[in-house]
Amino acid sequence: MDLRLSLSHITKSYNSKVVLNNCSIAFERGRIYCIIGPNGSGKSTLLRISALLEQADKGEVIFHDGDRRLYGSIELRRRITLVFPKGGLFNTTVFNNSAYGLSLRKIDRKDIKKKVEAVLKGVGLFDKMNQNALTLSSGEAQRLALARALALEPDILFLDEPTASLDPGSGIIIENIINNLRKKRHMTIIMATHNLFQVQRLADEAIFLYNGEVVETANVKDFFKNPKDERTLQFINGEIIY
Amino acid sequence: MEIIFAGLQQAIYLILAFDRELYSIIFLSLKVSGSALLLAALIGLPIGSLIGLKRFFGRDFIISLLNTFMGLPPVVVGLVFYLILSRSGPLGFMGLLYTPWAMVIVQTALAMPIVAALSHSSIIGVDDIVRKSAITLGATPAQAALKVIMEARYGIMAAIIAAFGRVTAEVGAILIVGGNIAGYTRVMTTTIALETDKGNFELAISLGIILISIALCINILFHFVQKRGIVK
Repeated sequence: MDLRLSLSHITKSYNSKVVLNNCSIAFERGRIYCIIGPNGSGKSTLLRISALLEQADKGEVIFHDGDRRLYGSIELRRRITLVFPKGGLFNTTVFNNSAYGLSLRKIDRKDIKKKVEAVLKGVGLFDKMNQNALTLSSGEAQRLALARALALEPDILFLDEPTASLDPGSGIIIENIINNLRKKRHMTIIMATHNLFQVQRLADEAIFLYNGEVVETANVKDFFKNPKDERTLQFINGEIIY
Repeated sequence: MEIIFAGLQQAIYLILAFDRELYSIIFLSLKVSGSALLLAALIGLPIGSLIGLKRFFGRDFIISLLNTFMGLPPVVVGLVFYLILSRSGPLGFMGLLYTPWAMVIVQTALAMPIVAALSHSSIIGVDDIVRKSAITLGATPAQAALKVIMEARYGIMAAIIAAFGRVTAEVGAILIVGGNIAGYTRVMTTTIALETDKGNFELAISLGIILISIALCINILFHFVQKRGIVK
C-alpha cells in the first residue's frame, strides 16, 4: 500500500469569499505534515477537501497508489479518514463508536473486538469501553475520536486541530499518541493546527497557509530556522495575529 | 357523586371479572390503533427521514403541510374519508365503510403526520458533524443517513408514542367511518360516547379507566424514552 496525495491548484469559495486560492501541495507517504496559519486561513477547508468531504471549485485532489491513480470511490474513501476538532461522536458506547468504521468494512466480529480493544488500550480508554461516548470529558472524547480513526488503520489520517479545545495535559496525551504512530506505522498524517510549538514537536514538514494561499512548505527545521517568505517569519514571530 | 362511585365500583368489577364485551372492545381498539400506528410509522418514518435528510424543491411546503395536518380536526378527517369510502365515493367499490379497515385508514391519516413531522424534527436536530463523521469513517451516503436516523432514535420513538396516544384517544373520525357497530367496529372511545348517552355509566367508566391507564402507560413510556435520550 503506497497511497499518496497531492493537491493541484485547489480553489474554493463560500458565498463568493475565496477561502482557498490555487493551493498545490504534494504529500509524501509516512510523514507528518502540519498545516499552520491564522484562523480563517483555510486550514480546515483544505483538510475537508483533501479528505473528500467537500469538493473544490477548481483544481484536483489526486490520489495515487503506486503508479495507479485512484478516484473518489468508496474503496478510496475507506483508506483515508478525518478527525474533527470537536464532536462527531455517536450516542452509543465507546466500544460501538470505535467499532463503527470497522463494521462498515464487514470485518469479522471477533477481529473488530480485538482491534477495538487494542486501540482503546492505546488511547487509555479501555476501562471506559462500555460507557456512553457522550459522557466522556473533552480530552477523552478527542482520544476516542482518534481511536475510532486509528482502528481503521488508514493510509492517510487527517487531524483538524486535534488539541484545540483541550487542556495542556490532554493535549500532551494526544500528541504522544500521534508520536507513537510515527514509530509504529507508515501512515501519512496531515494535521491542521495553529500551535507553533506543537508543529515543532510533531511535524516532519510544515505548511504555512495564509489568506487561502500556500505561502511556504518546508522541512520543519528549515521552516522555523530559515523561513523563505517574509509572512512566514512574521507568523513565527507572532506578528500576524491569530 | 353516588353515580360516579357506583359506576366506579361496577367498572372495577367488570375489569376484574374479565367481562367478555369489555375485553372484546379493548382488543379491537388495540388492534385498530396498533395497525394504524404500524401503517403510520411505515409511511411517516420514510417521509420524515426524507425531508429531514434531503434538500429538495417543495420541502418547506411539505413540512408546513405536515405541521398543519398534525392539528387536523378528527371529525373533518372522518368526514373526508367517509366521502371517499362511501358507496358513491372514489373508493366506494372497495366496500370498506363501516369496517375496522376504514377505522385503521382514518387513524393512519391522523397519526402519519405526527410521526413524519416529529421524526423530521428529531432528524434535523442531529448535528451535521455526525453525518460527516460517519462519511469519514467510511460510510456510504445511505449508511451515513441511517446513522443520522439512528442518532435521532429517541426522538423518533417519542414521535411514534405520541402518535399512538393520538389514535387511542380518537373518537370523532372513527365514529363517522366505523359506525360504532356492536361487536364489529365498536371501540373504547366510541363505546364511552354511546354508553354515556344511554346513561350506562358502568361500562363507560370502566373503559375510561382503561383508556386513562393506557394513556398513563404511554406517558410513562414516553418519559422513559426521553430520559434515555438525555445523556448525563
